[in-house]
Amino acid sequence: MEKKNHREPLFHIVKKDEASLPLKMLTVALTVLAALLVSALFINFVTKLDPISVYQSMFKGAFGTSRRTWITVRDTCLLLLISVSLTPAFRMRFWNCGAEGQILIGGLSTAALMIYLGDRIPTAVLLIIMFVVSALCGALWSLLPAVFKARYDTNETLFTLMMNYVAIQIVEFFVDFWDKKQSHSVGIINMNTMGGWFPKIFGQQYILNVLIVVVITVAVYIYMRYSKHGYEDAVVGESVATARYAGINVPKVIRNNVLLSGAISGIAGFVEVAGISHTISNETAGGRGFTAIIVCWLAKFNPFTMILISAFIVFLDKGASQISSDFGLNEYASNIITGIILFFILSSEFFNNYRITVHKNRKEGE
Amino acid sequence: MKKLFTALLVLLMVFSMTACGKKEEGGEEGYNGPKIGVILVGDENEGYTYAHILGIREAAKKLEIPDEAIIWKYNVPEDQTTYDMAIDLVENGATLVISNSYAHQSFMQQAAGENPEVTFVALTGDNGAPSGLNNLKNAFPQTYESRYVSGVVAGMKIKELADNGALVDANFNEEGKVKVGYVGAFPYAEVVSGYTAFYLGIRSVYPDVTMYVEYTNSWFDLTAEATVGDDLMSKGCVIIGQHADSTGAPSRLQGNMENNTYGFTAYSVGYNVSMLDVAPDVALTSAGNVWEKYYTYAFQCWKNGEEIMTDWSEGYKTDAVEITPLGKAVAAGTQEAVDAAVAAIKDGTLHVFDASTFTIDGQTPTSMVADAFSDPAFTPDTEALIDGYFHESEFRSAPYFSFRIDGIVELSSN
Repeated sequence: MEKKNHREPLFHIVKKDEASLPLKMLTVALTVLAALLVSALFINFVTKLDPISVYQSMFKGAFGTSRRTWITVRDTCLLLLISVSLTPAFRMRFWNCGAEGQILIGGLSTAALMIYLGDRIPTAVLLIIMFVVSALCGALWSLLPAVFKARYDTNETLFTLMMNYVAIQIVEFFVDFWDKKQSHSVGIINMNTMGGWFPKIFGQQYILNVLIVVVITVAVYIYMRYSKHGYEDAVVGESVATARYAGINVPKVIRNNVLLSGAISGIAGFVEVAGISHTISNETAGGRGFTAIIVCWLAKFNPFTMILISAFIVFLDKGASQISSDFGLNEYASNIITGIILFFILSSEFFNNYRITVHKNRKEGE
Repeated sequence: MKKLFTALLVLLMVFSMTACGKKEEGGEEGYNGPKIGVILVGDENEGYTYAHILGIREAAKKLEIPDEAIIWKYNVPEDQTTYDMAIDLVENGATLVISNSYAHQSFMQQAAGENPEVTFVALTGDNGAPSGLNNLKNAFPQTYESRYVSGVVAGMKIKELADNGALVDANFNEEGKVKVGYVGAFPYAEVVSGYTAFYLGIRSVYPDVTMYVEYTNSWFDLTAEATVGDDLMSKGCVIIGQHADSTGAPSRLQGNMENNTYGFTAYSVGYNVSMLDVAPDVALTSAGNVWEKYYTYAFQCWKNGEEIMTDWSEGYKTDAVEITPLGKAVAAGTQEAVDAAVAAIKDGTLHVFDASTFTIDGQTPTSMVADAFSDPAFTPDTEALIDGYFHESEFRSAPYFSFRIDGIVELSSN
């Protein structure tokens, strides 16, 4: 046979046209089934447990009681808010990895206001002050990387990451400053007076959290979709040169949108401190600033898709913790199950966008 | 995308629904009696929590408390999650909720305030009495006693090394005192009390020692503990004790011995669990607690419907503390020295913080006022130096000895 001077690969990957919705749904359904099956094998063979009761336990962990459902909703909202906060920056390819620090600074300013003003002014007024101040502080925290990016085109990923560490150290300092017991923890702020805490609405503790997040999410959606600034943001993301050609003031767009991003992260810190934990520590952000990056990407910057993805990630998290409680599985086992499920979902994304062509003629070529 | 994920969630739900009716193996369903909830900062991979898990299992077995009556929450961080878990446990029928890490306590207090009918125990905490809540309790074994005894083991080793001429120049400071190192977690009273007891234990056998304490600022950090252990060894410390929960330091010491990194061997005195698995040649022993003692007491009260005491603290007298089995590296006669020290502690002839055995700023202390009752201003309030010794863990369970005695140098507390 004639020898070819190059070997043809076994397969290659081709970009697909946008798949039809039923097809997409079928792909996702199949991948989820596959994920559940593979996890079931893992559960069965490694942990020797009944997979169905493990899945049941995951569901129970997230929605088993009305309180658990509320906690799932609360945590989903927080993760959503942080993901939404990243959107204006990410859409113009400003890789803001500094949400973690911005949340901490927003949370820190909230904690400070609760400590110093919690018992002096009415909670309603204080909440408004905290909202504004935390947004300003979050924005301030993103100002430096924003200005440097806009002016000198510095690397925003490194810059924002480093700002996180600065924020952590500042929080550490204040934790020791406010902690009189040498225990390196502030404890719950205003435990008895509840000064500066989110009030219960209709007997529910977390309604205000949900309201704030919903309003901001919708507002950001409208901003991105229908406002001139939102459009400029998208253009800068697509191509800086095009933006410049169209007469857009690129540095200004970068600065404003990054400030907006920081402000919303700061508000997330406010929601966390005043609405959930009522304390501050270097764990206040708890890695959510990074998880939000995944949410943001998976959702392709669509705030409404983010709701579902945040909910799903929180669901997996609650589920994993419940499995370890019910079955004494340690966290690694739960994490493996979560990992398998996430991995399959990510790959379904791949198969929605690409197609693999196998070369049938390969044999003849050799 | 939106619909996809809806479909996905629906699928998950359907999956779970169809699974209903299957036997549940966890502690939440299928058992309707009162329950005990435990909130643990780690899981069985972390020595401190593992000691608790063993203690809970033993106590439950002894008191015939069924497995289903205990709900476990693992890896609960010291934040809002603690409160969420505590409330969740109460909703699932727990009438006794126990948390095992210090900073869980303010969240336990919040939950206790809202659920007066449930008893909450914040182990190692100090907020029970000051909170004014009669359903919030604290407990802390007298670990300083086992630290003292582990110090005796270390002292015996130093004596042997000195007698055999096995110490090198680097092991002595400029005053000719043998250097000992200590990997501390945080500069809190709990740690200060522990390392002081350890130091006094060494000195009871071999007086010419000085101790360097270096902090990791974490209760559990394999890497940091290994680094600090290594750093102390590079400074010439021949014994390295620890008040941090990982195996980082002993593993590093074992490695340094195998590679002969510093030209001498440093020996480890661990905490919570025996370090012999990770450091068979250099681990002498570990100071530990017998948590089972407390759990048996608390579970017994819970079973009988009696009130648990607000501050529980017991030591060698009731075998609530221990040192782990001696390693092969210990000096000859160590077991006898340990037995003698334990016997003396038990019969009350030996007090760990005997004021005649140490000085502060060059003076033998005549008054030591400690902050035993955490008032809002956290002022020292209680004279603890009575009858010639400092009464640790008697006025409240959590340690309050936070005096810096002569001979111990804190290297960093950043």
